[in-house]
Parts: sequence; structure tokens; C-alpha cells
Amino acid sequence: MSVEVRCWAGLPTAHHERIDWSGSPASLPETAGSLLPRGAGRSYGDVCLNPGGSLIDTRWTDRYVAFDPETGVLRCESGLRLGTLLAHLRPLGWTLPVVPGTRWVTVGGALANDVHGKNHRHAGSFGHHVRAIHLLRSDGSLDRLAPGEDRFTATIGGLGLTGLVTEVALQLRRRSGMWLQEHASHARGLDRVLSELDTASAQHEYAAVWLDMTQPDPERLFGLLLAADPIEGGGDASGFARPARIGVGRLPRLPLVGRLSTRVFNAVYRRLAARHPGSRRVDERSCLFTLDSIGDWNRLYGSSGLRQYQCVLPLGTAPGGMEALCRVLSDSRVTCSLAVLKRFGDQRPAGMLSFPREGFTLAMDFPNDEERLLVLFRRLDAIVLEAGGAVYPAKDAHMSRELFRAAFTRTDEFAAHVDPRFSSGFWRRVGA
Amino acid sequence: MLVGRDASRLERIAADLRIRGATEVRCVVRDLSHVNDLQPWMDALWSEWNGLDLCLVAQGTLPDTKRCESDIDYAKSVLELNADACLLLLLALAARFEAQASGQLLALGSVAGDRGRAGNYVYGAAKAALATLMSGLEQRLAPRGVQVLTIKPGWVDTPMTAAFRKGPLWASAEKVARDIVRTSLRGRSGVVYSPAFWRPIAWVVRMLPGWLFRRWRF
Repeated sequence: MSVEVRCWAGLPTAHHERIDWSGSPASLPETAGSLLPRGAGRSYGDVCLNPGGSLIDTRWTDRYVAFDPETGVLRCESGLRLGTLLAHLRPLGWTLPVVPGTRWVTVGGALANDVHGKNHRHAGSFGHHVRAIHLLRSDGSLDRLAPGEDRFTATIGGLGLTGLVTEVALQLRRRSGMWLQEHASHARGLDRVLSELDTASAQHEYAAVWLDMTQPDPERLFGLLLAADPIEGGGDASGFARPARIGVGRLPRLPLVGRLSTRVFNAVYRRLAARHPGSRRVDERSCLFTLDSIGDWNRLYGSSGLRQYQCVLPLGTAPGGMEALCRVLSDSRVTCSLAVLKRFGDQRPAGMLSFPREGFTLAMDFPNDEERLLVLFRRLDAIVLEAGGAVYPAKDAHMSRELFRAAFTRTDEFAAHVDPRFSSGFWRRVGA
Repeated sequence: MLVGRDASRLERIAADLRIRGATEVRCVVRDLSHVNDLQPWMDALWSEWNGLDLCLVAQGTLPDTKRCESDIDYAKSVLELNADACLLLLLALAARFEAQASGQLLALGSVAGDRGRAGNYVYGAAKAALATLMSGLEQRLAPRGVQVLTIKPGWVDTPMTAAFRKGPLWASAEKVARDIVRTSLRGRSGVVYSPAFWRPIAWVVRMLPGWLFRRWRF
């Protein structure tokens, strides 16, 4: 059936054939155009779109296959959402070692984008904990692939292009309790922010900095550093599977996030944060999945949607590069509604197209303002390119072919594993 | 206990349910559209399980109404599965529940059964038959301590309705599942619409005068 599909950031709607994937028979549907698997549709840009082609909707294949309580290896279908998984496995004393900023993504989506969390320095990315996958390709093959095999490495972070992942084996980590001990502090000036994040991310399991980008001047930049460690205690895990109490999914798409509301929010949030430094016990859900507390928050950006710019800069060039990014943002007079800074560790990337690499990663949300934003993004791209960094495909809707090729050096090797019947809007734009 | 036709799919569902917290799951392979020897099968089940506490009858297909109009054999198979097989199964279960004087008998009806509409009346007729039977069972069994509950979902986003364009009246399968669990835990008999806003909608549709109903093809 032909339907209009949006991505999370709300790019112009695109027409797709949508195919509900039930898992049996285990062969890919016959279609005229190209195929792309789709999980929860939480990717910001066109990695989850395939305009003019077909989307294989995996949300009905969300079953557990087996769990070994001795080793902590869970086998499940790829359409299972992380929140559901946490709600069922936490009571058994196990958790996911890596979660992204939302629990509504699917296992398949987390794998295809090789997502990371606030603990990258200690735990790596999602792909580091995948023990095996079942990959269905258009030639009819259904293979079990394990780490070490080239096609496995291509599929981790492979943006769904190497075939349909039907089943995943994940290594879980032991964890009891629902609480985190959170330490809040603030820093002024970009250099201080970077050095304090560097120290905190080494000492604590989770660490991230909220930046007030309404005043992006590097000398006066305000950062709120939140570091946290798991602790025992705290009760009910079923909340992981429950949708947010506040949801805006049924409200009209009013553009509530704008220049004025961002300024007010940042000023208030800053004062509140500055007033309560120190250590406290928080619920893991509110700390790791902060934005999940408002259902469908992307609609707050109105019908033109939002854009996110997430880049990583290597350790050596990060201080200078970040300073340049701030200055360009300051000159552009564009409103950045949310900015988060994290530190990536030095693990070998799990996949050929994995985004995380050692350095600092900055994610910035903007209300969509097509022309001016694109000019800004081009200038940011130039800085990232020069600093030897990368832009995150899962968030991207603008990256040039040159930047992609420069940042993802294994693209040619990866392209050999792309299934000939698979494609995406992103891949046609930057890769193929 | 899961009953269905396809052993390997039942096994996958069973494995899933075990991790979701079910302490014991057993699969029974049986084509429920076959109504022969229902009685001995039910006897065997009852003695194996030493009685059942709750049964949810949820079998059914969404037929192609146009094809039913021209292909009577197809219509026959549709009605056998959606009406005959369900009704006979419910009758057989009712006798068992009546004898043990406890338990919960649940069945999935549909708002389509509240008034036949040109687009969907064969399916609707089967669901109307089911609702009528359940209503009778409710009157017969409720005084004997058996809960009889008909769940009438509205439009639900499932693989069965994959071919439909979804609008604001559509509910997720999770929402309907939560409603089923919640009302069955409450232990009441009767009819429950899911989501609840379908009750007034269904009432209005039933109350529409014939002349308006005939003209207003929705």
C-alpha cells in the first residue's frame, strides 16, 4: 500500500510502498522498486526513508526467541523495542549495556545505526554487544553471521542496506535496581567544559553536558555536566515499556519551539540547574531517556520539523574545532534549541560505517529554517572536515558526498556488501 | 495454552511468552475451523489441565466482502471459520465452565457486528452471531460464577488490517491488549468496547434511521 511516511525530524513527506513484515515465509517480498527495512522510524533524516521505493515494516516481528540466564545472551527478533526489552529483562537482573537517548527504537534500528549512549567510553556502542545476527538477503539466503565476518561488520551500523536483519543475539549485562547516583555541576567556558567532561567521563559510567547554545560565545559558554553511576535499589521496571504520561501525539503540530521559547527555557533551566549542584539519586528512566518524558516531542517543532546536527571531532582537534563551531553558530544568529556534548572512548568501531570514534561529540537541535540552516550546516561541515571529524548519518539530512566519503573511509569496502535490491534516500544521496 | 494451526509459529510465540513472564506455556496444534470431535478434544484438554481458568476465543479472518458476494464456496468457508467454529467452540467451553462453576470466558467480537454495513457485512454477520451467543451465555453463566465478556475492538492496527489507510480512530494492538487484560482482571461480565470511545459511536450507528443509513454509505 502506498503511504506517506515521515522521519523523526519531519523531512517533507515521501511516498512509499509499506510492507508489513510478518517473518514468514522467510523470503523478501516481490516489489518493483528498492527495499529498506524500517523499525520505529526514529532516525532524524533519510536513513529511514526510501522515497519511491518500499519500506519493510518490522514492528510485527518483535518476539523474544531465547534467553540464557547463565550467560546473559538474549536472542530476539529485530522489531523489538528497547523499552519493552528493558521492562522484561530488568526483573531478571539483566540490562542492555548501551542505550541511546530514547527507549522507543527497535533492536534492528539500534544495530543498523550502531547507536551510542552516555557511557561510550566504558561500554562502546550498541554493535559491540551484538553476538550474532540472522541476515535475509534478496538472493534468498538467510545466514547466521558472527563478529569477525566481514558481512557482520558491514551490517553493524550498515543503515539497513546489507539485507533484512531478522534476528539478533545480544550480550546483556548484569544489573539490579533502577536508580542512578547523579552528580551535577556546571562549568563556564568551552575549555573548562571539555576538560571537566573528559575527567567525569573517565570516572563515571555515564556523562554528558547540556550546553546553553543561546549564548554560544566560547569564553562564556555555560555547560551543565551530569555524570551518573548505577546504584542498587529502586523498584518497578515495567515503566520502561509504558509510554510517556505527557504526549503531544494527538495535538496539532504547532511550532512551540522557537527563538523566544528557547531563550526562556534555557534561562530558566540554567538558573534551576545552577541552584542545585551536587549529588542525588534519580530514576534511570528520567536520566537516560530524558526526552522520552514527552511523547512525540518532535511535533513541538511544528509541521516544518526540526534538524539535528551531530558531529564528532577527534581529541586532538576538538578544542579548536569546537571553538570554531561555536563561533560560526554565534555569527549565524540561528536558534539552537538543544545542545548536548559527550565524550567517545577509544574502542575500535564495531561496524564499517560506525559513527563513534575517539573524541568529543556535539549534537545540536534546531527548529527547521531550511535556507539559513543549510548555510550554517555547510559552514559547520567545513570545520568538521578540516578537523578530521564525522557527521552522524542517523541524524543527517544534508551531508555532502565529499564529507561522507572523507569521514567514513571504509565506504567502498561497505558498498560491496550492500544488497543489490536495497537502497535508501540517504544512500542515494551520499553513498551509492 | 496456545491453540493454533502452525506448530512452529506457536513455538515461537511460546518462547516469547516465557521470557515475558509466563511460567508455563504449552502448545496445542489444532485447526479450530474443524468442528468435528470437539467434545472429545475438550474432554481430553480438561483432564490434562485439570480445568481452565480463562479462555480467550480470538480466531478469525477478515474476508473480502466482494468475493463473498459472488463466490458462495468462499463465503461458506468464511462463515464456517468466523461464525460456526467460534460459536461451537464457545458452546463447548461454556458447558465446561458451567460444570466447574468458575472461570472466565472471553471472546473477540467487533464493532462491525453492531450493524451490517455494505463494505463489511459478512464479517459483521459472523461477529453479530458471536455477540448474540455471548450475550446468551452471559445470562446463563454469570449467575453461576462464570465471567462472560465480549470485547469489541474498533479499528485496530494489526497485520489483518495492513491494507487499510489509518486515521485518528485507529488504535494500536497494545492499547486493545491492555484493555482486555484490565477488564478481565476486573472480573465483570458484559460487553466492552476498545478503545472506549467506540461505545457511543456504535450506539449512534445502531440508532441511525434507515433512510439516513441507506444514503450515508460510510
